[in-house]
Amino acid sequence: MTYKIGAGRDVATPVRADNPNGQIATKLRALYLSVQEEAIPDRFLDLLEKLDAVERRSLSDVAE
Amino acid sequence: MSGGMTSEESSFKREMLAALPSLRAFAMSLIGRHDRADDLVQDTIMKAWAKQDHFEMGTNMKAWLFTILRNELYSQMRKRGREVQDSDGYFTEALAQHPSQYGSLDLQDFKRALEMLPPDQREAIILVGASGFSYEEAAEICGCALGTIKSRVNRARQRLQDILQVTGESEYGPDATSAPIISRSFVS
Repeated sequence: MTYKIGAGRDVATPVRADNPNGQIATKLRALYLSVQEEAIPDRFLDLLEKLDAVERRSLSDVAE
Repeated sequence: MSGGMTSEESSFKREMLAALPSLRAFAMSLIGRHDRADDLVQDTIMKAWAKQDHFEMGTNMKAWLFTILRNELYSQMRKRGREVQDSDGYFTEALAQHPSQYGSLDLQDFKRALEMLPPDQREAIILVGASGFSYEEAAEICGCALGTIKSRVNRARQRLQDILQVTGESEYGPDATSAPIISRSFVS
């Protein structure tokens, strides 16, 4: 059994122009990577810091 | 206070941070809009943080977060009706906010074609074809059988081929906003 989509995960792999599945796989990954390669927005870094800080504070409250 | 607990917390946070770029890409691929995708990612982080006791360190954090995001998306869609799936203004928004990223017309066409897929097929092909999950992992994330995922991926691939051939010839189809609606009425 062959999984055409899963085959050849390397984004840089050249795709024959006459292979529609290859083109689809390549474009799907290109679209995905265009977002994945963005820097993590500050809103998420700040959010995780806040969640962490709240948790640490409540833990130290329990300890006292 | 135990120092051990603190270091486990930070490693939970660290692993979550490591998975965030892919989680954002997943959300963006599913929804197509940066603002809504990032709102969904934020909701997912909050949910995951609240449930971190359920997560076993050393298991697949990425798959765990993807599962939470997916469940959150579908639960929000049920609450809001089909609003999340509404593609109105979809490309205008993407183009206005990120002109450099979607500079290739090719990729814009592909993005539009992806948006035309039924949600279950779209998520299946993204998970397997872009997120790097195995069929088994994708089935677990979607809470369905392995055969179901394989068939969804196959149908997604076939439908994308059909759509891209159609839209490739006429560039934009009838027009940018009505094309997805017309196609959808044929495919569902």
